[in-house]
Amino acid sequence: MSEDHCYHCGLPVPAGVELVVEIDGRMRRMCCVGCQAVAKAIIDNGLGDYYRNRDALPESPREAMPAQLAGLALFDHADFQKTFVRELGESEREAALIIDGITCAACIWLIEQHVARQPGVLGIEINFASRRARVRWDEARAKLSAVLAAIAAIGYSAHPYDVARSEELARKERRNALWRVFVAGFGMMQVMMYAVPVYLAGEGDMSADIESLMRWASFVLTLPVVAYSAAPFFRGAWRDLRLRRVGMDVPVALGVGAAFIASVWATLTASGEVYFDSVTMFVFFLLGGRYLEMTARQRAVSVTEALARLMPAFAARVAAYPDDRSVVQVMAAELRPGDVVLVRPGETIPADGVVVEGRSSANEALLTGESVPVVKVPGASVIGGAVNVEGPLYLRVEQVGETTRLAAIIQLMERASLERPRIVQLADRIAARFIQALLLVAAAVAVAWWFIDPAKTLWITVSVLVVTCPCALSLATPVALTIASGAMARIGLLVTRSHAVETLARATHFVFDKTGTLTLGRPVLLEVLPLGRLNRLACTDLAAAIEQTSEHPFGVALREAVGSAVHVEAASNSPGCGMQAVFDGRTVRVGRPAWVGDLHGQPLPAAAQALLDCGDTVIALADEAGWLALLRFGDAIRPDAAAMIAELRAAGRQVALLTGDAAPVAARVAGALGIDAVRAGATPLEKHAYVEALQAQGAVVAMVGDGVNDAPVLARAQVSVAMGSGSQLARTQADLILLSENLMQLSRGYRLARRALRVIRQNLVWSFVYNFVALPLAMVGWVTPWMAGIGMSGSSLLVVLNSLRLQKPGKG
Amino acid sequence: MEILYLLIPLSVVLVFVIGAAFWWSLKSGQYDDLEGPGHRVLMDDDKPERGKADE
Repeated sequence: MSEDHCYHCGLPVPAGVELVVEIDGRMRRMCCVGCQAVAKAIIDNGLGDYYRNRDALPESPREAMPAQLAGLALFDHADFQKTFVRELGESEREAALIIDGITCAACIWLIEQHVARQPGVLGIEINFASRRARVRWDEARAKLSAVLAAIAAIGYSAHPYDVARSEELARKERRNALWRVFVAGFGMMQVMMYAVPVYLAGEGDMSADIESLMRWASFVLTLPVVAYSAAPFFRGAWRDLRLRRVGMDVPVALGVGAAFIASVWATLTASGEVYFDSVTMFVFFLLGGRYLEMTARQRAVSVTEALARLMPAFAARVAAYPDDRSVVQVMAAELRPGDVVLVRPGETIPADGVVVEGRSSANEALLTGESVPVVKVPGASVIGGAVNVEGPLYLRVEQVGETTRLAAIIQLMERASLERPRIVQLADRIAARFIQALLLVAAAVAVAWWFIDPAKTLWITVSVLVVTCPCALSLATPVALTIASGAMARIGLLVTRSHAVETLARATHFVFDKTGTLTLGRPVLLEVLPLGRLNRLACTDLAAAIEQTSEHPFGVALREAVGSAVHVEAASNSPGCGMQAVFDGRTVRVGRPAWVGDLHGQPLPAAAQALLDCGDTVIALADEAGWLALLRFGDAIRPDAAAMIAELRAAGRQVALLTGDAAPVAARVAGALGIDAVRAGATPLEKHAYVEALQAQGAVVAMVGDGVNDAPVLARAQVSVAMGSGSQLARTQADLILLSENLMQLSRGYRLARRALRVIRQNLVWSFVYNFVALPLAMVGWVTPWMAGIGMSGSSLLVVLNSLRLQKPGKG
Repeated sequence: MEILYLLIPLSVVLVFVIGAAFWWSLKSGQYDDLEGPGHRVLMDDDKPERGKADE
């Protein structure tokens, strides 16, 4: 590491910063007070080994600690501790924490060593794989805040880890399943060892005693496999029978049960054949297949869980903003609309709100699928759960708790996951019929073989029951839909109705609303016409500086377009007219041309007059000496709209524009985007009728609108897509919500939906072909029970794996 | 072949012993963190102070 990089975190040392710490006898340079404090704490505690053993650099602690330390006292709150602290004894406590900033194994060592030395700490264990820690301490001698402060002192941050119930359940389920697979696998191997000699031994090679002993040994080992490992099948079958229906588990349980009981009978009476090897192997393959399928499914649905964890537990409230900037750490749940909070770079935004001061960008990737951080300037709204990237931001809180966008997104996703789409119900009904038929066929096969060769009757019947079980058939659709919904959520297209993926893929007509859908729906700076001594850029910067504190949409649009900061003084607002300020000693105004013109009394030049007549909103900029510029604002077409329309048309879909706006504006937008079918000036009733007319011709209509104003027509279309901006997300009734408002994501989602439909078809074809090929083979006795086990779990697994391809960002 | 009368029951007992061992390891979280302990043995907690610095 070179001398001009921080020895602790590796970032370049800024010019003029001379901070050093003595490490291993040499003076090391540090980039900031934070690193210096951390390195000092590490060395003073005799933990210098950390620097010898680490193989990755830690994250920079950036800001000095005191502000954060003040907030730690909150962790000692008994109410707050309820969720993640357990009482182990009289005064012994254990907390589950998640630690940020761990980059290598040396970090674990450092934290464990350092924390264990704190008075009152009884033990700490950190899991390197999951970054989770368990700390035990004596409440009488130490406080949790002291433990957290110790962790913060060496440059890491610890958060309470409130184990979500569902996640804990999933972990338990996984452990149980793994143990069942192990029991079955181990039993299978051992039973095989007893079965093979019997198969190989010639007539008279093996005495009856030995054979009987082998049978008994096999029985002892098969018992736990059937009683424990196969228990889920029996439970499932019993549940189905009690509800008077036949499910997937019935034939399996019947097969396992029949083979096992027949073998036990043969063992007891020392007659006939035993099938212990087949039973164990069969159970093992089935469970193995189910285990793999379960892990794949759990991974796919973890998106909701990840979202629920986004909200931070604490917020820095600035109680007396803007007079006093002192910060108080409060629980995020205590925030109220109207509070002003400070969000430092790297922190998560604790609630929905509006920026009141500061300039930064926010990473909203998990919420909107938009991977590029979004620029945030005063007046811009921010979403709770997004991460502030660059500079400190002061926010005014607008929505908290259940009313935030994050909460609404989670609610909508849960709604979709609870519904069973028609296509899945259909598959289930077919599967149920199939099983009924299968049971009848199996009975017929048993009777037939009883007359042909009674010795083979049992295992052939078991094979038939097992090999044709339509597990793959019933998995084919739901698995693909679940994985497709998860993948769509990741790119910012939220599926709120279970049928949406399928219907979107089948849509023949795409009908778009204009304002807010194909266009941005808010003013942007379209044109600057310089009229005086200042050029275009200087005019924009000056206007933006004057509008610095304005919350008017034009002010926000100006600040977004600004190049470099200009300083103005004494800015004041004249409501309905514009803003006035002092720049370079002269009064400048920006606002309605007539009001701005009053400042100097000159008429507008002829060139400017033409601009005023174009229909868009124009504001003027001038100082005492004369006009400086005219600025034209208007609704701009979204940058990615043309590409998306072109793609839909290339895919052979009809595209139409349906808007309440006047015909000239609609025609201009349609012309720019290449849309032929335009219906302008439509009332909500006419829009509804338009869609109805399309549907009468047999079209499957996908309506894309802004969600709130278009509610009736969105409800009329077979599938509806709404833009996800605005605070009314939770009330949106659309089937799909485009959270990022990036139309390219919509076409990616459309491609994904079509791939999902293709995958579902492949799955269905495969499972039907498999069942219809396997059935005759099993009926004529070419399939032994263990082959049947492989076949059935293999076919289900293939369906799951095929569906998992949807997770990969493919071409189309 | 008489030895089989001993070996077969013995193998059954062994299976259960191994099963119990796996059950214990699963319950006590031996499979939860497969990376950390490997690094952990490399770090000494009681190393005497050295003057050497490494880059």
